Amino acid sequence: MLLGAAIAMIGFYVPLDQDGLNQMIFYFHVPIAVTAYACFGWGAWKGFLHLWKQKPGADLESYVAIHQGVIFAALTLVTGSIWGRYRWGQWWLWSSKQLVLFLVLFLFYAAYFMLRFSVEPGPRRANLSAVYAIFGVVLIPVSFLAIRLASDYIHPVAFDKHGPQMADSQFLTFCVSLAAMLSLFSALYRLELAGKRIDAHLRELRELLG
Amino acid sequence: MSGYFADVAALARKDLLLELRARDTLPAMLLFVSAALVIFHFALPSGTGELAGLGLLWVAIVFTALLGLSRAFVAEREHGVLDGLVLAPSDRSAIWLGKSLAALTFLALAEIIALPLFALFFSGIDAGTVAAVALADVGICAVGVFVAAMSIATRARELLLPVIFLPLAIPVIVGGVGASVTDSPGRYFAFLALYDALFATICWASFEYVVTE
Repeated sequence: MLLGAAIAMIGFYVPLDQDGLNQMIFYFHVPIAVTAYACFGWGAWKGFLHLWKQKPGADLESYVAIHQGVIFAALTLVTGSIWGRYRWGQWWLWSSKQLVLFLVLFLFYAAYFMLRFSVEPGPRRANLSAVYAIFGVVLIPVSFLAIRLASDYIHPVAFDKHGPQMADSQFLTFCVSLAAMLSLFSALYRLELAGKRIDAHLRELRELLG
Repeated sequence: MSGYFADVAALARKDLLLELRARDTLPAMLLFVSAALVIFHFALPSGTGELAGLGLLWVAIVFTALLGLSRAFVAEREHGVLDGLVLAPSDRSAIWLGKSLAALTFLALAEIIALPLFALFFSGIDAGTVAAVALADVGICAVGVFVAAMSIATRARELLLPVIFLPLAIPVIVGGVGASVTDSPGRYFAFLALYDALFATICWASFEYVVTE
């Protein structure tokens, strides 16, 4: 799994950086954002499986995926902010729609933890978390649409943020970077899941002994 | 199916009767929204323009709704009614629908006072804004009652409602403010209607999991 990340690191040295640092951060920023979506989608899917098939363990998997998703979303905000600093000279721009969307999602999913940790562990908590995860996936496109609509009356002048068209080598690097981020997610996901499962087993054992 | 709607009507009627007798929520909402409008007068420096006022109107609506929603399940919780309702031989989503209808009534009543008051204090309100308020109310109450039901299952209780509800309400604000301040509100109406339909459907479908274990 870490191999993917290593390939990406090599990938960063391959393309010509005509734009300097902000070109490099692009290869981080966009894959991280896509990975965050993937995390939230995966979390909602696991939540759905939990509600529909009562699949054991799906609740924990959903939680871990969303936990990773929030980390990736925070990274998206940070890298996007750095990118904005170099591209537009400002740390935060409301006209950057993707970043605003991530801010909304970050707020929403941060509340997920408040919800989850103020309910006693058990089926109730699993159900609530799963429903919340599904809400999040519906909120993503709705918010995206809302932010596009809002920019019409907040910023009448459209902000074209499309940079230069990607060359083949850049696209390749982008894909490698995306693959690396996704595999990084799946590695972290498995790691955290394994840790949480060991935790649960330990607790069971302790209860049996004590 | 007629039995389902009879259940919904009975549940909504119960809430309205309770409010009629105890008068807990609605006076608080009315006072809150009036005080908020007075605060807005002092919060807007002269020369701010009426568009800013229209934007703040939406803030007032969402927060007034929040005030009412935080009380939505208090009576049920204090007397353990919710457990009884869940055990009752009817579809659980009827609880959500009945409660949403009651909340919608309260919010609409509060706005019947608040909107003329806004027109009196600030600027006139056109039909587009009123239509947007009506559309937004449906979404606010549908999602709000659902989140309120979620939050009473937690230790944090009322604290959690605004934290979860506000990110979910951002699209409503966008649609509402857009419809109020632009000349062509058509697509904002469409967006609000889409929001209502989408979220009402998932609330309806998943409410069962919120109240059961």
